[in-house]
Amino acid sequence: MEKVWIIAKRELNSFFDSLVAYLILVAFLGFTGFFTWLQGSDVFFRKQADLLAFFETAKWTLFFFIPALTMRMLAEEKKTGTIELLLTKDVSDREVVLGKYLGCLLLVIIALLFTIPYYVTVSRLGNMDHGATISGYLGLVLLSSAYIGIGLFASSVTNNQIVAFILALIIGICFQFIFDMLSGGTTGFIGELLNTLSINTHFDSIKRGVLDSKDLIYFFSISAIGIFFAELAIKNR
Amino acid sequence: MDIQIEGLTKYYGPQKAVDSISFAVKTGEILGFLGPNGAGKTTTMKMITQYLSLDDGDIRLGGQSVKETNLKRYIGYLPEHNPLYQEMPVYDYLAYCAALQDVPKDRINDRVREMIRVCGLNVEKHKNIGELSKGFRQRVGLAQAMIHDPEILILDEPTTGLDPNQIVEIRDLIKHLGKEKTVILSTHILPEVEATCDRILIINRGKIVADGTATTLRSQAQGNNLTRTRLKGTDTDSAFKALQSLPLVKKVRIENRDQQRFVIESNGEASEAIFALCVQQGWILLELTPLETKLEDIFRDLTMN
Repeated sequence: MEKVWIIAKRELNSFFDSLVAYLILVAFLGFTGFFTWLQGSDVFFRKQADLLAFFETAKWTLFFFIPALTMRMLAEEKKTGTIELLLTKDVSDREVVLGKYLGCLLLVIIALLFTIPYYVTVSRLGNMDHGATISGYLGLVLLSSAYIGIGLFASSVTNNQIVAFILALIIGICFQFIFDMLSGGTTGFIGELLNTLSINTHFDSIKRGVLDSKDLIYFFSISAIGIFFAELAIKNR
Repeated sequence: MDIQIEGLTKYYGPQKAVDSISFAVKTGEILGFLGPNGAGKTTTMKMITQYLSLDDGDIRLGGQSVKETNLKRYIGYLPEHNPLYQEMPVYDYLAYCAALQDVPKDRINDRVREMIRVCGLNVEKHKNIGELSKGFRQRVGLAQAMIHDPEILILDEPTTGLDPNQIVEIRDLIKHLGKEKTVILSTHILPEVEATCDRILIINRGKIVADGTATTLRSQAQGNNLTRTRLKGTDTDSAFKALQSLPLVKKVRIENRDQQRFVIESNGEASEAIFALCVQQGWILLELTPLETKLEDIFRDLTMN
């Protein structure tokens, strides 16, 4: 576990060293701030003291930003050959993938922590459901975890960052739209299955404050499967 | 810690990259690994470092099989193209490698400083690796390989891209380290092998074609002596015939007709007989030089087919 932490710290530092982290933080706060406070179905338009507008915007922002963060994590190491140096150190393949997963998740959590002022502000505006809001934040972390799993897998199967980015987006779109759309047109077991696979089914209930173990298992499974296949892909060398 | 390799085999698809090779390296020995490009040197090294899995055979480090135990921490590895994180400062990178290699937390700074001193990186320690010249990058590569004071060092072409002064420095460093560690280094530079290594292993198409010290390889490769001689006071053809009829002499080659220079291939030392012949015939002997077979020739003989 200690090795995972060492790798995660390096990944996090490298985001900040390469300015990627600052760019992502500024863009994330910019987008979510704009759509939470100023435009569209923002807080003032809805006249509700909740952060649903923020959660919905954050979901889409993370949908695009996380593949941008994960795309280089394994693909670049494979391309430059640094993965060889890393894997001949006293670490296992799994520790490398988990370290990278954790490093990326930490950056997302830092970005989410910067939105705490939103939470404080809205809670002053009206009678806020604190439980539902915390549940919404948890939902965003779980959602990010799933996207990072998918992104790491996409990054592990290629040594081209652009391919990794697009592949992660395509898989993301499947979970975000395609399964949802297909489930509308099918009935029975397959319809049920497609509905279960869709991210929105699970995220929507969490962001309203309904914490169900089924949803937790869903997000953990996607993360774990992504990490597992990423590990498998780098094992195959 | 010694290295024992038995019947090591690796396939890339249907192609055998390493074809059941066996050898052993003793503690304190520096083994030079030679072979043309694509002979299987790097593949073998990658298997010893446990980056690649073995298709067949076994590698034992200090008696333990890499298939059963994780032995990565005993190995320091410098890969062929020395891949490093470009955007990381030298000091941080070495500290990161030390942490990954289980150097205790309170010893990390000492080890990093030690490596920076040994590898002459002091001026560059706060620069990003990407800003360094090739020579300094190579030193960072060596420093990260030795950071945890491993018992085995695997160096894949450690002196490529260095200037002659740096090559001498790195060679001395490797020689110094090699006294207590087990070192395998691969290279294309043949004089380097003679200067640094205790033993030479030449592989070609995945198979070992020669194994021994530079001296034993020389005698094995030729099995006979070469002598160059230059005569005066005779004509080339009769001298040629007389030399050819000497005992021990296998072959005489005229190197320069006008200067009457010959190269004589013989079983054993022929100088004495040549001298005696000259005395007997009253020829003047201008040159009589035993020729050493060059390592390059041995290498070419063994790997060209």
